[in-house]
Amino acid sequence: MSESLAIVTEGLSKIYGSGNTEVVAMRDASVEVKHGEVVALLGPSGSGKSTFLTAVGLINPPTTGRVLINGEVVMDGPRAMTSLRRFRRREIGYVFQKSNLIPFLSAVENVQIVMEINGSGAAEGRRRALDLLEELGVRDRADNLPSMLSGGQQQRVAVARALANHPSIILADEPTAALDSSRGRQVMELFAQVAHDHGAGVIVVTHDQRALDVFDTLYEMEDGLIGRAEHPEGKRVKY
Amino acid sequence: MNLAAKDIRHNVGRFGLTTIGIGMLLMVVMGMGGIYRGIEADATLLIDEVGADIWVVQKDTRGPFAEISRVPSNLLYRLEAVQGLSNAREFVFHTVQREHDGRALRIAIIGLSWPRDKGAWLVLTEGRPLLQNHYEMIADESLGLRLGEKVQLAKESYEVVGITSSMMSAAGDGLGFVTVADAQAIQFDTSGEALRLERAARKIRGEDSEIGANMPILLDQANRPSMEIPALSRPQISAVMASVEAGADIDQVMENLSGWSDVSVFTRQGQRDLLLKGSVEKVRQQIGLFRILLTIIAAIIMALILYTLTLDKIHTIALLKLVGAPNSKILGLIMQESLFIGVLGYGIAYLLGQRIFPNFPRRVILINDDLVQLGLIVIVISVVASFLGIWKAMRVSPNEALS
Ligand SMILES: Nc1ncnc2c1ncn2[C@@H]1O[C@H](COP(=O)(O)OP(=O)(O)O)[C@@H](O)[C@H]1O
Ligand SMILES: [Mg+2]
Repeated sequence: MSESLAIVTEGLSKIYGSGNTEVVAMRDASVEVKHGEVVALLGPSGSGKSTFLTAVGLINPPTTGRVLINGEVVMDGPRAMTSLRRFRRREIGYVFQKSNLIPFLSAVENVQIVMEINGSGAAEGRRRALDLLEELGVRDRADNLPSMLSGGQQQRVAVARALANHPSIILADEPTAALDSSRGRQVMELFAQVAHDHGAGVIVVTHDQRALDVFDTLYEMEDGLIGRAEHPEGKRVKY
Repeated sequence: MNLAAKDIRHNVGRFGLTTIGIGMLLMVVMGMGGIYRGIEADATLLIDEVGADIWVVQKDTRGPFAEISRVPSNLLYRLEAVQGLSNAREFVFHTVQREHDGRALRIAIIGLSWPRDKGAWLVLTEGRPLLQNHYEMIADESLGLRLGEKVQLAKESYEVVGITSSMMSAAGDGLGFVTVADAQAIQFDTSGEALRLERAARKIRGEDSEIGANMPILLDQANRPSMEIPALSRPQISAVMASVEAGADIDQVMENLSGWSDVSVFTRQGQRDLLLKGSVEKVRQQIGLFRILLTIIAAIIMALILYTLTLDKIHTIALLKLVGAPNSKILGLIMQESLFIGVLGYGIAYLLGQRIFPNFPRRVILINDDLVQLGLIVIVISVVASFLGIWKAMRVSPNEALS
C-alpha cells in the first residue's frame, strides 16, 4: 500500500480574479504523496499554501493542471471528472486553522455526522466517535456544544472528525495554531500514526518548526511555487 | 441524526418566537374564514331554525329579512285556506335599540304567533318557552340579559324567561322572542300625547268629511282605541310563513300562490338565497380577498424568515457540503424547519383562536373543511417558502466553510 500514490498533482496553477485584479496564487505545482506518507507544507503567509491544499481537497478548483487521488483523475483544470462530493465524503478528511464545527451539534455529534453521511448506524457511529474523542483527550466534553469548548478542544474535535471516515487522504491547514506546543505535537504525531498505520496520505500546512521531525517529507512554497525543502534533521525520505 | 431538530433545540427562543408570530398570523387567516362562516350562518340561521317552507311577503319586496315587508295580519287566514299548506304563522321582525342598564341594547325582535308558537322549537340553554301571551321574552345570550331580568320596551317591561345561544339576525344583533301582539306593541308604540293628538286629528278629519257632517254621532267613535274602529286597519305584520303538508307538492303550491297579486312568495331556499346573494355575498368576497392577501403575506414572511435562517447557517451548510453530505440532507434540514414552523404555527393559531374567537362580538365559526383547507395551505406555504432558502443553500460553495 505504501508504494501506491495517494495524491498526485500535475502542473496545478490558480489565478484569482482577472485583468487588473489578477493574482497568480499558485503556479505549476506538481507533488506526489504516497499512501503512508506524511508531508509538511511550509512557506510564508500569502505564498499559496491554502490555495494548493483546497485544490487538492476538491473545494477550490485549479485554473489548470490535474489532481489525481488514489490514481484516479478527479480534477482536470477547473473541470470535475467525477462526483467531488462522493470523493470528499469517502476519501478526504479535513482540518482547518479555525475549527469548523457545526454550532448546534455536540462534540460527539460533530464527529458522528460524518460517519452518518457515510451510512454507518447511529450506535456504531457514536461508539467510534467517542473512541476518537478519547484518543484526542476530549472524551469528557463529548456532549458539550462547540461554544462550550476552548479553541484547542474544538480543534481536537475537528481532528477527530477528519479521522472519522478512515479517509485515504488527510489535509490539514495550520491545524495546531490554536494548540499549545505539546498538544500540537500530539496532533502531528496522530496524523503520522494514521498515515503509517492506515496508509493515508497526509499533507499538513504548518508553521510549527518544533514538530517537523514528525514528517517524512517537507515542501516549501514561495510566491505560488512549490519545491522540496531540506529536512532540518537530515532525515532522508524513504523512496 | 435529525439536524433540523438539533438546530431548533439549539435556537429554541428564536424558533419559538418566530413560530408564535407565524401562528398569530395564521390565526388571523383562520379567524377571517371563521368570521365569514359566522356571518353566513347568522344570516341564514333564523330561516333554518324557524323551519317554514314558504314565506309570504309584501308584493315585490325581498322581505322580511333583506328589506322591510308589510302585510295585513288577516293574510294568515287566506293562507290557511290554501290546499297543501298548514301551520301558517304570523311573523313580525324588527330591530330596536334601547338603553338598558346604561348601555345600548340592540334587540332584533321576533314576534311568535301565539298561541300556536310559544318558541318550543328554540334550543334553550336556560329557562323555558313562553307561557303567557304578554310580557315574556326569550332572549339570546349575546344580549347579555340574565334569566328573570326585566327589560323596559315601549310601555311595558318584559321578563326574560328563556335564554338561547347563538341566535342572531343577519346583521348580527341578538334575537329577542316575544308574542306577535307584544312585538307589534313594541313596534307601534305611541305615547299618550301622540294618541290624544291623533284622536283630535281624527275628529277634525271627521268633521270635515261628509259622513261626519251627516252623522255627528260617529265623531264620538274617534276617541276610541284604533283597534276598536273598523274603518282603521289593524297593525301590519312582516310576513306570514307556512309549512307544506307532507305529500303536497311545493312547486304546485308556489304556482298557485304566484297568482296572488298582492303578495310575493319565497321558498325557504329562496329566502336563504336572498340573504346569501345580497349583503353576505359582498362580505364573502371582501373577506375572501382579505384571506388571500393574508395568506400571501404569511407565505412571504415565512420565506423571508427561512431565508434568514438559511443565511445564518451558510457556514454549517458549506461544512456539510465539505464533508460530502448529499443535497437531500441540506434540503431536508431547511424544509423540515420550515414545516416545523408552519405546522406548529398552525397549532398555535388553532389553540389561540379557540380561546380568543369566542370573545368576539360576532360569531367566528371554525368548520372542519376550512381547517383542513388552511392546514393544506400552510403545508404548501411552508414548502414553497423554503424554496428561497434552499435555492440559497444550493449555491453555497464548500469553500465557504473556510471563511
Ligand atoms: N479567493 C481569493 N481571491 C483572490 N485572491 C486570493 C483568494 N484566496 C487567496 N488569494 C490570494 O492568493 C495568494 C495565496 O493565498 P493563500 O493560498 O491563502 O496563501 P497562504 O495560505 O500561503 O497564506 C494571496 O496573495 C492571496 O491574497
Ligand atoms: Mg493559508
